[in-house]
Amino acid sequence: MSAATVLSVAHARKAFGGLIAVNDVSFDVGAGELIGLIGPNGSGKTTMLNLISGALRPTSGEIRLAGTRISGLAPEKVARIGIARTFQLVRVLPSMTAIENVMAGAVFARNRLWGPPARDFAGGLLARVGLTGRESSPVADMTYIDQKRVELARALAADPRLLLLDEWLAGLNPSELLIGIDLIRDISREGRTIIMVEHVMDAIRTLCSRCVVMNSGVKIADGPAASVLADPDVIRAYLGDDDA
Amino acid sequence: MMSLRRDELAVAGSGIAAVGLLSLLPLFSDGFALSFGVNLMLYVAMCTAWALFSGPTRLVSLASAAFFGVGTYSVALGLDSLPFPVLIAIAALSSAALAGLVGAATLRLSGVYFVIFTLGLAELIRQVVAWSQSRFAHKMGLYVFTDFTERDLYWMLLALTTLVFGVGWLINRSRLGFALRIIGDDETVARHVGIATARAKIVLFMTSGAFIGVAGAIVAPRYAYIEPQAAFNPMISFLVVIMALLGGTRRLWGPLVGVIPFTIVMEFITARFPNHSSVVIGITFLAIVYLLPDGITGLIEGMRDRIRRRTAAGTGIEAPDAIEEKAA
Repeated sequence: MSAATVLSVAHARKAFGGLIAVNDVSFDVGAGELIGLIGPNGSGKTTMLNLISGALRPTSGEIRLAGTRISGLAPEKVARIGIARTFQLVRVLPSMTAIENVMAGAVFARNRLWGPPARDFAGGLLARVGLTGRESSPVADMTYIDQKRVELARALAADPRLLLLDEWLAGLNPSELLIGIDLIRDISREGRTIIMVEHVMDAIRTLCSRCVVMNSGVKIADGPAASVLADPDVIRAYLGDDDA
Repeated sequence: MMSLRRDELAVAGSGIAAVGLLSLLPLFSDGFALSFGVNLMLYVAMCTAWALFSGPTRLVSLASAAFFGVGTYSVALGLDSLPFPVLIAIAALSSAALAGLVGAATLRLSGVYFVIFTLGLAELIRQVVAWSQSRFAHKMGLYVFTDFTERDLYWMLLALTTLVFGVGWLINRSRLGFALRIIGDDETVARHVGIATARAKIVLFMTSGAFIGVAGAIVAPRYAYIEPQAAFNPMISFLVVIMALLGGTRRLWGPLVGVIPFTIVMEFITARFPNHSSVVIGITFLAIVYLLPDGITGLIEGMRDRIRRRTAAGTGIEAPDAIEEKAA
């Protein structure tokens, strides 16, 4: 493992009873990389993300963040070590305002800010995701894309060493999609290390330098996005009998 | 963070003034009004303490009777050997310890399972106390004779209520208070932003339980003779829940708004129709669930928001947002 490796997944396996959702998957993520984790529905991508964020414990295998073992730790511990995430179905804190939602990310994880500094920091991030002036809007009244922006700002507020985006672009209309892609590109250019689970292939092609492809719980390809997407095995996984 | 905003100073000032005024009550009355005041203060303290935990976490605890009884028995058992303030401290510590045990045991329980567990716990302790009294002490209850007058009890309860409000206010301003609001909204998110949710909930449950235990300890002298059936009466738990929900638990002062009308109505009902009080409690509970899910304070705030939104729409304040969204 080189010094620039942020995340290292070694032989991760997760079984739900007889169903093996993630089967002996290994990959590394280098500092500043933006990796696409792709695969057909039910291939184990979100389970893999849940293993990394601590939402699930791996049945076996080891996951390390910058050398620290995180597999088996509770999600709050993983968050404090430096992983932040968004959720497949957007999860905002419905009783709070936009800025309070973002502050939630800044107070308890790596950035242990509190009071006015936390508020200022959160305000800056809201502006960063395009929500200037919406600080005190109740998040429950916001549109879907704005809630997704708030969720992204909350994840960034933790200043994570690794950011996990679980289908963050799903459900956006074509013009929102372009905004979303630009936003992720900007965040990546700032040097943030990102893993994105995504079905929107255009976004993967545009954004990701590298892709890890899963199918039926197994890693079937890992490499530069363009060559991986042209791989016959990958095409078969998406278009062949598995996903017909 | 310890600097106070102007509105906070105003609230603190009026709070101190209110406590000052309320402390004068025993000087004007030592009959019905004072006894009513003791009842009121007792439930304001207990409901506010209950809502410290159950408000933000939305976990309904029916263990109030257990903490209350532990407090009462701390006084009854130690009165001959220890000074009263020490007994109060023991009541606080043993109630907090009990709450800690319950919290640790119920970490994985959520919603209705937590409710049933806490109800069962209060009953269990009542049975154990009753059994050990008849088995080892060969009697049903304990005598509590003190020199305290109704006045003293009132002042002590007022001090306790003030303390509960003070601590509640400090918690709301703290990271712990913010953590609990996040937990109440979405526990999964809470854990993923780095909150040790179990520890936060246990700390708060212990604080809440300790206050209810102290309330039980303070009113113990009022009973003179203490039996498990009275000290661990499940009705205490139900009344605390109903009054707190009637007021609303989203604000620190919410339960207070529920305790006052409910205590007045109950006083009237028990005087006129002594056999129908449980009917009233039942009907009130149904009315809260169906008509006032967020309590009186929730209703008031909802109306205020609606009016504010209507005024905002009327003046076109929302228009720039709409334009911005289209442009985006």
